[in-house]
Amino acid sequence: MDESAATDRLDVSISVNGETVTASVEPRLLLAHFLREEAHLAGVRIGCDTTSCGACAVLLDGRAAKSCTLFTVQVADRTVTTIEGIADDDRLHPVQAAFREEHALQCGFCTSGFVMATIELLERNPEPDEREVREGLSGNLCRCTGYVNIVAAALRAANKVGRTGKGRM
Amino acid sequence: MKLTGTSVRRVEDRAILCGSTRYLDDIRIPGTLHCAIVRSQLARGRLASIDVSEAASAAGVVRVFTASDLGPSNGPIPQPTWFPAPEGLRKHIEVMTRPEYAHLLAPGRVRYVGEPVAAVLATSPYAAADGAREVYVDYEPQDPVVNIEQSRALRGGPLNDGRPDNLAARFVVRKGDVDFAFARADHVVSGTFRTGRQTGTPIEPRGVLADPTRPVFTVWSSNQAPHWLRDALATYFGLDPADIRVVAPDVGGGFGIKSMVYPEELLIPGLARLTGAPVKWVETRTENFLAAVHARDQRHSIELALAGDGRFLGLRDTFTTDAGASNLESLVVPYNTAAHLQGTYRIPAALIVHESYLTNKAPLSAYRGAGRPEAVFPVERIIDVAARELGIDPAALRQKNLITGDEMPYQAGIRYRDGTPLSLDGGDYRAVFDEALRRADVKYWREEQSRGRPEGRLLGIGYANYIEGTGIGPTEKAIAALEPDGTVSITVALPSQGQGHATMLGQLTADGLGVPLESVQVRQGDTALLPTGAGTIASRTAVVVGSAVSVASAELRLQVLDRAAGLLEVDPDDLTIRDGRVSVIGAPARSVPLVDCADPDIGPPLTATAGFDPGRVTFAYGAHIAVVEVHPVTGHVSILKYVVVHDCGKLINPMIVDGQVVGGIAQGIGAALSEELLYDESGQLATASFLDYQIPRSTDMPSPEVYHFETPSELNPLGVRGVGEAGTIGPPAALAGAIEDAIGKAGVIIDRCPMPPSYIAGLIDSGVADT
Repeated sequence: MDESAATDRLDVSISVNGETVTASVEPRLLLAHFLREEAHLAGVRIGCDTTSCGACAVLLDGRAAKSCTLFTVQVADRTVTTIEGIADDDRLHPVQAAFREEHALQCGFCTSGFVMATIELLERNPEPDEREVREGLSGNLCRCTGYVNIVAAALRAANKVGRTGKGRM
Repeated sequence: MKLTGTSVRRVEDRAILCGSTRYLDDIRIPGTLHCAIVRSQLARGRLASIDVSEAASAAGVVRVFTASDLGPSNGPIPQPTWFPAPEGLRKHIEVMTRPEYAHLLAPGRVRYVGEPVAAVLATSPYAAADGAREVYVDYEPQDPVVNIEQSRALRGGPLNDGRPDNLAARFVVRKGDVDFAFARADHVVSGTFRTGRQTGTPIEPRGVLADPTRPVFTVWSSNQAPHWLRDALATYFGLDPADIRVVAPDVGGGFGIKSMVYPEELLIPGLARLTGAPVKWVETRTENFLAAVHARDQRHSIELALAGDGRFLGLRDTFTTDAGASNLESLVVPYNTAAHLQGTYRIPAALIVHESYLTNKAPLSAYRGAGRPEAVFPVERIIDVAARELGIDPAALRQKNLITGDEMPYQAGIRYRDGTPLSLDGGDYRAVFDEALRRADVKYWREEQSRGRPEGRLLGIGYANYIEGTGIGPTEKAIAALEPDGTVSITVALPSQGQGHATMLGQLTADGLGVPLESVQVRQGDTALLPTGAGTIASRTAVVVGSAVSVASAELRLQVLDRAAGLLEVDPDDLTIRDGRVSVIGAPARSVPLVDCADPDIGPPLTATAGFDPGRVTFAYGAHIAVVEVHPVTGHVSILKYVVVHDCGKLINPMIVDGQVVGGIAQGIGAALSEELLYDESGQLATASFLDYQIPRSTDMPSPEVYHFETPSELNPLGVRGVGEAGTIGPPAALAGAIEDAIGKAGVIIDRCPMPPSYIAGLIDSGVADT
């Protein structure tokens, strides 16, 4: 194999949940692995190897992105938000609270990705209807819930966002 | 206020929502070696040579193992002891099962694409994957066996040396005089129906971590049955079970496919013992498709005998299973199919013959429903065929034959999997179906169907009724303890994979003791905490563990009252516990907090252990009705309405129950419409990713309506029946009936699931059955 591919490292600096994380990484290191291993944010989950499931979704400069499909070096100097960075200390983000209220999670492995995707969806479209929610979340897979309660949670959070003006990233 | 019966929000959720749950891959131990597994790229062949020299010298690689490096410790893997049919069953079913030997790493031959061939240990997951790419395997290909016809024809010779054929299991179930039933029948209908090969795809794949550096050898596995794994490890390594600790950490979904002992679950601990270092393996999704168990894949040739008025007289069914390379749980799934074939219906005589055949595919075993969707599909299909041939409305034909509440308990005339006589223990199958017809407003949809026909709209209605034996033994224990800080801990054996056990068991404890839910801690899934237990399988946790927790909580309550009686100098009978305080009835000011009862200065710790043996299973049941519209050109199916009326006895947490039912329906809809594992002629799995194996997405899933009957079970103190698998059982049958009804052409019979648009469009075009 080409030894240099594994040994040539690049220095990157990424803003993660408001803190700058600096590391020397292999060019091939996926963002999902960087977040889990270097930034110690295990809430980023990895559920597939074909960019299909969305468990690894994070916000990249405010837009939902599947972190398994980005090289760490691609996002140098940009801003990443993970599930660990959205609650206000003890107070859950309105999307998190809506997921709990609507029983929109069971095993929880897909939940981080769904919450991040929902936050972005509501940012783009603060008052979606059910069809728009279903389409907006169709890039994420859940095997436990059958989606019904996830859709309900997104709609509940949308109302919350509308009423309080909070919940924007 | 009693919490049991209310939709308390889950105590598990906060940690999940904040990303602080710890799944297998999140457990970090310094010095861990990471394992990548080299898997067979060939379905069947001899291993001529394996060259690991380049891999062994790759950067970061510590060691590479093949079968020859493991020597005798490579296996065969001991057969688990829990699955063979118990004596009480064996003598009734003319059973033949053959153990199918598996090894940790393929010993000289490979049997399916994805079988482990070599293991690479390295200092990082990336280095391990790099190393695995440098392992060169030289195969001598043999003719692969990729279907039952080839298996029966012994293509390429028997798959296992020394065997006369490829039969893995066979049994016969007899009830009544079936020949007489068919001889006197006015109508006999028959058909062949198949349920496709599918799998559970939990979003967290499998994973194992083993640490030999701890005082007690510790293995973590993303697993539904840590105690079975511990026992398998003990047998395999020749250790005392007490010298092994197995922990199921937070598990990201299981659905049955994490309930068996896999080669990787022995391999990783084996490598850890050989190297003396912690070893971790985390499965990729591709591996999960290739090497975690597959399921369903049954073919039924079924005949139903009816009287002139539509009464069922007899059923004959011969079904085969494509078991893949080894049948990990032997009779569990096919016998479940046999036991559930008569289902909710009165069928006086039956003959059920089963044969499992080995092929060069991944092993077949249990996936949520575990034989029941496979039973309900052919039975409901043949009922629809009969309704058409007899000119009877399909709902009316079902109503005529459904078992009613007056007939309970109903003896099905055969044995259940545990060997006990199969006795349907209460409920009213006819009433539940009638309620479903009413809730679905079938009358309205029939009119709508007629209105739509002239416009070319293809609307259809389909039905499925099912039973589910739930809460199977063995005994499960629970320990309830008053902790020094005044909180209550509950310890149970079975792990959770998202079912909300901590909430559900916490509700039972909170009510049983009179403490707030927040002060109950549930610990589970760790053999060190509770050394006996089976697995979170077969819709059994609420029934068996819930009952044990309830009894243990009640016993702990008596101990607390006794202790408090001493402190308050009153009789225990005069005391009650509410909101975490013990107080005198009628004089609430005289009270002590629970924490005072836990004071070590006044007595030993208060703890109660209880076990619950269910004796036999308790049956949940239900009716599913689907209303669909089929696109006349593309064959695309829109589900306009989906109604479930279900009876799982008393509901502990209705929100969680509905979550289980709806989640199951989603898997059932995937099974009905889109999910299929397809092998090509060379034995390559053509659907080894989420791109090719289509599980439902948010845009595919309707919002089902779920209604409950609550007929209490008399087989456990809670009156509950299990609910974990129910949702998966009905959809393939209900949707097949609805789609066939929508197409509405003479001779068009849906004979398989899944039913992708291409299949449906073909049926619309053909107007004749594709059998």
